[in-house]
Amino acid sequence: MTFHKKHLPRTSLMDVLWEIQRKKRHIGRDDMSKIAQQFNMSRMELEGVITFYHFFHRRDCGKYTIYLNSGIISRFSGRKPVKKAFEDILGIETGNVTEDGMFGLLETPCIGLSDQEPACLINFKPFTNLTPEKVADIISSIKKGARLSDICDKPKSIIYYTPSKDRTVFFKPYTTFSALSQLKDLHPEELIEIVKKSKLAGRGGAFFPTGLKWQFCRHNVADQKYIICNADEGEPGTFKDRVLMEEHPELLIEGMIFAAYAVGAAKGAIYLRAEYMYLKEPLENLLSTYRQNGFLGSDIAAKIPFDFDIYIHMGAGAYVCGEETALINSMEGKRGEPSTKEFFPVQKGFLGKPTVVNNVETLCAVPRILEMGVDTWLQIGTDKTPGTKILSVSGDCPNKGIYEIEWGMKFNDFLKLTGVEKPKIVQFSGPSGDCLSITPDEGKTLRSSQRKSRDYLTDQEYDRVISGEDITCGGSVMIFNESRNILQIIKSFSDFFVAESCGICVPCRTGNFLLNKKLEKLLHGHGEKKDLEDIKAWSEIIRTTSRCGLGQMSNNSLLQAIEKFPEEFDRALSDNTDFNKAFHLDEAVAEYDNIINELTSDYE
Amino acid sequence: MNNRINLTIDGKTIQTEAGKNLVDVAKENGIYIPTLCYFRELNPLATCRICTVKLNGRHTTGCTIKVADGMDIEVNTPELLDNRKAIIEMLYAEGNHFCPSCEKSGNCDMQNLGYDMGITVTRYPHVFSDKIVDFNPKRMIMESNRCILCKRCVEEVKTKDGKDVFSFVQRGVKTRVHIDYEQEEKLSESEALHAMNLCPVGAILVKGMIHEQPFGERKYDLLGKNILPKVTSVNNNLHKKENEKFIVATTSLAGCFGCHMSLLDIDTDLLDIIEIAEFNKSPLTDIKKFSKRCHIGLIEGGCANSENVHVLEEFRKKCDILVAFGECAIMGGIPAMRNFVPLKECLEEAYLNGVTTEIGAHIIPGHEDIPKLLNNVYPCNEVVKIDYYIPGCPPNAQHIWKVVKSILLGEEFSITHDEFKYD
Ligand SMILES: Cc1cc2nc3c(=O)[nH]c(=O)nc-3n(C[C@H](O)[C@H](O)[C@H](O)COP(=O)(O)O)c2cc1C
Ligand code: SF4
Ligand code: SF4
Ligand code: SF4
Repeated sequence: MTFHKKHLPRTSLMDVLWEIQRKKRHIGRDDMSKIAQQFNMSRMELEGVITFYHFFHRRDCGKYTIYLNSGIISRFSGRKPVKKAFEDILGIETGNVTEDGMFGLLETPCIGLSDQEPACLINFKPFTNLTPEKVADIISSIKKGARLSDICDKPKSIIYYTPSKDRTVFFKPYTTFSALSQLKDLHPEELIEIVKKSKLAGRGGAFFPTGLKWQFCRHNVADQKYIICNADEGEPGTFKDRVLMEEHPELLIEGMIFAAYAVGAAKGAIYLRAEYMYLKEPLENLLSTYRQNGFLGSDIAAKIPFDFDIYIHMGAGAYVCGEETALINSMEGKRGEPSTKEFFPVQKGFLGKPTVVNNVETLCAVPRILEMGVDTWLQIGTDKTPGTKILSVSGDCPNKGIYEIEWGMKFNDFLKLTGVEKPKIVQFSGPSGDCLSITPDEGKTLRSSQRKSRDYLTDQEYDRVISGEDITCGGSVMIFNESRNILQIIKSFSDFFVAESCGICVPCRTGNFLLNKKLEKLLHGHGEKKDLEDIKAWSEIIRTTSRCGLGQMSNNSLLQAIEKFPEEFDRALSDNTDFNKAFHLDEAVAEYDNIINELTSDYE
Repeated sequence: MNNRINLTIDGKTIQTEAGKNLVDVAKENGIYIPTLCYFRELNPLATCRICTVKLNGRHTTGCTIKVADGMDIEVNTPELLDNRKAIIEMLYAEGNHFCPSCEKSGNCDMQNLGYDMGITVTRYPHVFSDKIVDFNPKRMIMESNRCILCKRCVEEVKTKDGKDVFSFVQRGVKTRVHIDYEQEEKLSESEALHAMNLCPVGAILVKGMIHEQPFGERKYDLLGKNILPKVTSVNNNLHKKENEKFIVATTSLAGCFGCHMSLLDIDTDLLDIIEIAEFNKSPLTDIKKFSKRCHIGLIEGGCANSENVHVLEEFRKKCDILVAFGECAIMGGIPAMRNFVPLKECLEEAYLNGVTTEIGAHIIPGHEDIPKLLNNVYPCNEVVKIDYYIPGCPPNAQHIWKVVKSILLGEEFSITHDEFKYD
């Protein structure tokens, strides 16, 4: 044993794990022992980190690891035949690896390609708009030795809608570096004032005022501060950050440079979700360009010259790591558990230092605001939420893709744009967001059979407005039409939260598991009225006692769905009895019957 | 003295120093905020969520609040009290807590909170997930069935060179605490004992070191307040004519008859009971079939086979009120320990490979007259609706009759701390 060997910093643990995972398709015992030693940690602690992230595997997951999206959008887009095609061609069921170790077929929650589903990742290369035929082609090309990078799809950036040219913020041409010239005229405090004046609020879902966040961080004195871009985009149905990083990565980098200048941070990181691994290289190349041009590195030209550089930290499959404190733990090479909320990241963040965590879209907005001037920006959108918002639209509508809308757009106008026929449910901000019902209120509108597509103006929800004053959308908009069953959708959301709970607190880890069982009971038609009362009461307990937003918001849609689709829940429920309808004696004794039958046939 | 501040807890104004921990401040002022994971003021863990209170109208954990001037805190509202109870019940439902056979019973913080809150049954179905008992470490046993994932051991127990001995692995419902064998070996005897004592439940055991106090002298046998289970809507269910005696039925399903033995322990008080009640179907009378409708049915044991299910369903149909008495009826009890072993292995162990089977045994009996084993042992309330629960293994005789009498007469009652036991 060598005692003087220097241990590696924990912050590089996930990079090392990724290296092994990529090279060997699993992280085995021997490697674990070595890594544990390098990082001066116990093997079991390392095991705890590895098993937290579902893209790290303790067992071989195939030379070609295929991840199919298990989410509801993929399911409604025709995943079933695609999945079956994979299973038939490879001769394995999902969740397994072929005998020769060539292919592993696994599932994962939303991969950020909801406008191009069914889709999958093979060794983290994207393949979109799959059909059984396409699956057959892909597999046979791989078997013939084709390179994945040659045959994979480049995910399309479908930008379906932007406002008129003078009111578009994000998706219009940008000259790289142009906004950065303003650094020379602005004092950090002045920059913060502009951002405050712009009323820019966090686009990651919490809508915290960005200028205020930066100010807090600036005023916390420390020898080191950090800027982290949250590119973990895990909310099912959303892909706006992906498209932003594909179309305008320069805005993101410049936004981070401004943030660093404002708060006095010398280091920055982009926490990129593993599902977007294919964006890493282009981003890194662009970072080099910025370095070469003196906009990253030391002594960056500004009114007060400063040092700043950015690196990319890869996530490894955990939705909860989008929560900022979990994200910081993950970057520190730990399990991605949210912290206790005693401190905000601007007080004690990455490595205990003041840290700003901002969403991709938030950061991208900053150079745009500076470019157009804050007064022009304030002309766009609503009073409370100026500017535009990027929505990721998917589901049962012909016009899927990115919509850059002006805040304040009427919900009804938005729906028309999507071209949806006979809509029923519009799910805003993902499973933890808002469930909007498009079912006509009695007497107010035409019955659905009489309803002509696209012309339904009188419902209450239609008059709602997408803005900070009403429907504050994080980014995901999933549209479901009349043929969809609300219970099925809600159950799929529940599956997601059960799989993604970090396990720290019992209301979220087990409460959601138990709720999921209840929903299953309802889906099977075994539910009674009292089950619905339980569901409501349990949801409330989970909401009020969970540690982080994942648990607290996990049943938003469920509760809204119960309220907005009472008939559908009623239909699934029968009157209360003294007997549990989910208990079936014949099912409970089936295993015994099998054993006895097997034994008696053995004797014969 | 300029850091004196005022805050209110449940409407009561309290003066204290700024920055102190709310749980401690409340305690100093006679307000009890229950906790399980909290054991130090610095970096509270905030994993167990039991101390959830409302701060200026918003829910948060008490253990993470540093008090400041003007705070308005709610601790004991009906909603918050029920939340706490719900969390303890959820912990019982998620783990496999067989208190009657647990080394920590009587000294267990969670069990005591269960007593304090008068929990007779969990409102959630038992998860019965398969969790391992790890005997491999040199000095310790990790009983995952009882671990509530409070994280105390993970944060607190380290080797001299700073490595973790206990770690969380997996995530979500599959999260477990595992011991690192190599690091565990480095712990001294007293460090190992410290880990065992640190654990609020009986998940960490040191081999050969069992809590030694006899019944009645354990930590929580001696402390505690009286319990007030609620009698609700009794008279809605009870269909009794005036002058008629109460008609009682009892049965033992998958139980050991211990609960029935306990029934008889009231000795001569039985004569009082006979005054107001008569027994119908019951092992006590040896009446095998219901000859009339009954007012109350007492169920011992859970459902392990098809016959248990039939009997229980019949009781539900023939009795106005059903009472599950004893741990087995309430949560499956000791028989439910087989829920973690495949049924086939259970049968083979019982009939072929067990130490008490005859050499050469080769038959697992199967006949239409023999009741069929269920895939799992089910608590009674997962098959039919149960109206009341009397915990204990077995429940104390006084406790049983006090409850039964009060239910029948529709009276409120309280149970003393030493009568109310899960073991
Ligand atoms: C469960 C959970 C998941 C989250 N996921 C993301 C995410 O994927 N991307 C994101 O930007 N913010 C996410 N957030 C919000 C972050 O915690 C944080 O508020 C945000 O990154 C701050 O940036 P902003 O102020 O620019 O929005 C999530 C929050 C929770 C509770
Ligand atoms: S609410 Fe869920 S995800 Fe959040 S800390 Fe608790 S267990 Fe983890
Ligand atoms: S005594 Fe405590 S740890 Fe033991 S089974 Fe009961 S509740 Fe669980
Ligand atoms: S073993 Fe005990 S101390 Fe450790 S997490 Fe589990 S319950 Fe807490």
